[in-house]
Amino acid sequence: MDESLKQKNARLVQILVLVVIGMFGFGFALVPLYDVLCDLTGLNGKAETVAAEETPYKVDMVREINIELLTSLNEATPLIFRTETKQLKIHPGEYHTVNFYAENKTDKVVVAQAIPSFSPGVVAKYFNKVECFCFKQQTFKPGESKVMPMRFVVKPDLPKDFKTITLSYTFFDNTKASVQN
Amino acid sequence: MSAVVAEHDKHHDHSHDDHDHGPAKGILRWIITTNHKDIGTLYLVFALVMFFVGGTMALVIRAELFEPGLQFVEPQFFNSMTTMHALVMVFGAVMPGFVGLANWMIPMMIGAPDMALPRMNNMSFWMLVAGILLLASTLFMEGGAPASGWTLYPPLVLQTGKALPFAVFSVHLLGISSIMGAINIIATIFNMRAPGMTLMRMPMFVWTWVITAFLLVAVMPVFAGAVTMLLTDKFFETSFFDAAGGGDPVLYQHIFWFFGHPEVYIMILPTFGVASTIIPVFARKPLFGYSSMVYATAAIAFLSFIVWAHHMFTVGMPIVGELYFMYATMLIAIPTAVKVFNWTATMWKGSMTLETPMLFSIAFVALFTLGGFTGLMMSIAPSDLQYHDTYFIVAHFHYTLVPASVFMLMAAGYYWLPKWTGNMYNEKVGQLHFWLSAISVNILFFPQHFLGLAGMPRRIPDYNVQFADWNMISSIGGFIFGISQLLFLYIVIDTIRGGTGIKATNEVWDGAVQYGGGGTVGLEWTLPSPPPYHTFTEAPVVVPIEYEH
Ligand SMILES: [Cu+2]
Repeated sequence: MDESLKQKNARLVQILVLVVIGMFGFGFALVPLYDVLCDLTGLNGKAETVAAEETPYKVDMVREINIELLTSLNEATPLIFRTETKQLKIHPGEYHTVNFYAENKTDKVVVAQAIPSFSPGVVAKYFNKVECFCFKQQTFKPGESKVMPMRFVVKPDLPKDFKTITLSYTFFDNTKASVQN
Repeated sequence: MSAVVAEHDKHHDHSHDDHDHGPAKGILRWIITTNHKDIGTLYLVFALVMFFVGGTMALVIRAELFEPGLQFVEPQFFNSMTTMHALVMVFGAVMPGFVGLANWMIPMMIGAPDMALPRMNNMSFWMLVAGILLLASTLFMEGGAPASGWTLYPPLVLQTGKALPFAVFSVHLLGISSIMGAINIIATIFNMRAPGMTLMRMPMFVWTWVITAFLLVAVMPVFAGAVTMLLTDKFFETSFFDAAGGGDPVLYQHIFWFFGHPEVYIMILPTFGVASTIIPVFARKPLFGYSSMVYATAAIAFLSFIVWAHHMFTVGMPIVGELYFMYATMLIAIPTAVKVFNWTATMWKGSMTLETPMLFSIAFVALFTLGGFTGLMMSIAPSDLQYHDTYFIVAHFHYTLVPASVFMLMAAGYYWLPKWTGNMYNEKVGQLHFWLSAISVNILFFPQHFLGLAGMPRRIPDYNVQFADWNMISSIGGFIFGISQLLFLYIVIDTIRGGTGIKATNEVWDGAVQYGGGGTVGLEWTLPSPPPYHTFTEAPVVVPIEYEH
């Protein structure tokens, strides 16, 4: 193989290796990109993780929105978890508080994180929570039970198509991870 | 025909001082070889072995599904089988099969003495072997092999036992191996073409491979990144896909399918290339619409990057997302239809003969089209909600993989085996192999469409009795298909050991020189059969073909 061909090959390989490294990085860049896209589009029903201000809205008395609440446990999270209200009808712009109940079934401390999820996903950005047990991890002493309020409003600019909003909470067991930290 | 290939094969036994003269002796030849023909053979033999390994796993699956209820295996092991069958067939059989063909044929097709980076070539083969062995070893680990399906979706895949890190490393090895192979192919095609072999005169097989190689370079690193994130989620407290830590499992699906959709084209584009090479030879007509074939291949490759979420219509995308991915996916039907039209038009009014490679190619055109149609059905988002994760999708992608990719690997075997070995294979046994395969593959996969439409989910070891009849028929087809493939193994071994005793001529197939290339003669058919260890050490002068109209 002559020298100029060797050089040509080497240069091409260099470029292609750079592309490979770039694409490996691109895979990781998709992570923040995805979060930005979710924020912008309300994709996938990702909810805010910080409390919203309790700003007064003009209540839309004409429309009625059906709110459904679901609770579930991930894998073997050792809690009893339920909602005290399974369903309620509200007007957009109106503030409501609903209570959730959770109980530690074990004789050990349990640290758990509740993750909300909306269906349909796009309504997440019209659903403001001013108070929620999901904003931070919950610590349960052995056998402890808690009533946990969630205060929310559905913003009046919610598109007319949506008549029912389902909000589901899943408790994940974070005990192991938080003991290590 | 007005093409001439310059004298080249007369003086090659004394014209290459910079190379050793022949292969090393004994087993060492195969371990240290940097010769493109040796490495091509290694890849092809490895792919054939893996085809039988993956096929055996498929037969475990079909045996368990022969009747409702649990008969032979535990559900966990059943799920390991579906996962490993897919990984072995994709990364161990189909992809290495086409890399093997690329190694053997691309240098001979473009008039190059070898691949551009022979040492890297050797390394990428042995990395593939290491990767597959590592993957196979997970079968014997505590907790069993991965059982989450080949897509390795979290959180399910994170429940894998001891095998998870090994599976992830094996994906890394397989990824690095195929990236190195791809870089090598790109460098060979860009820098090593003989004078006169311009890009738009390259055989279609070379064209489809260079485009495939770019797909590999672009998406294999993304997959490597995704499995790395799985690993850190499991062992290093990251939360890329863990909802409890603020991550999102759906993100994995986006990253995976950004790789996954181009990946399915990595398996189908070289298939197209083989078909576009074989059909003109046996129709004795030049390929219809050569340049439109090139552009269609490029268009399919481009579109493959922007349609990935059609695998995710059920995860709860906003309606505009569903519409976008639906229409974008449907667009792919256009360049694909161009190809099917061109293959058919090539056969139209040709002087066709039906030797085994051509039989497989015709079956490919018909059955791949069927697989394409069911793909189109699933691109319609509202319909997909019904088909998703049922046996309908299983039927769809098996139609695009088995009677397409696998059939064309077989066709390529029959087509080039006389060139590689210098011996003719047994045509009667070849035809028998074809008819058994073509009939049984339909008994195997066609009923799965009905099962899927009736609602049978994929990846389950047991099912409702309403699905019993079609499952039994499918399993019978599966066993006939599996056993028929032993004929292919017999033919390969028999041909290497002398075959029918008829020595292959240089051209092998009547018309191969004239129609077996792209815009030039089929260069490999101007060489002796079998070709000497080193070929085209001096570049041939390639003159374009002009056809009388
Ligand atoms: Cu796809």
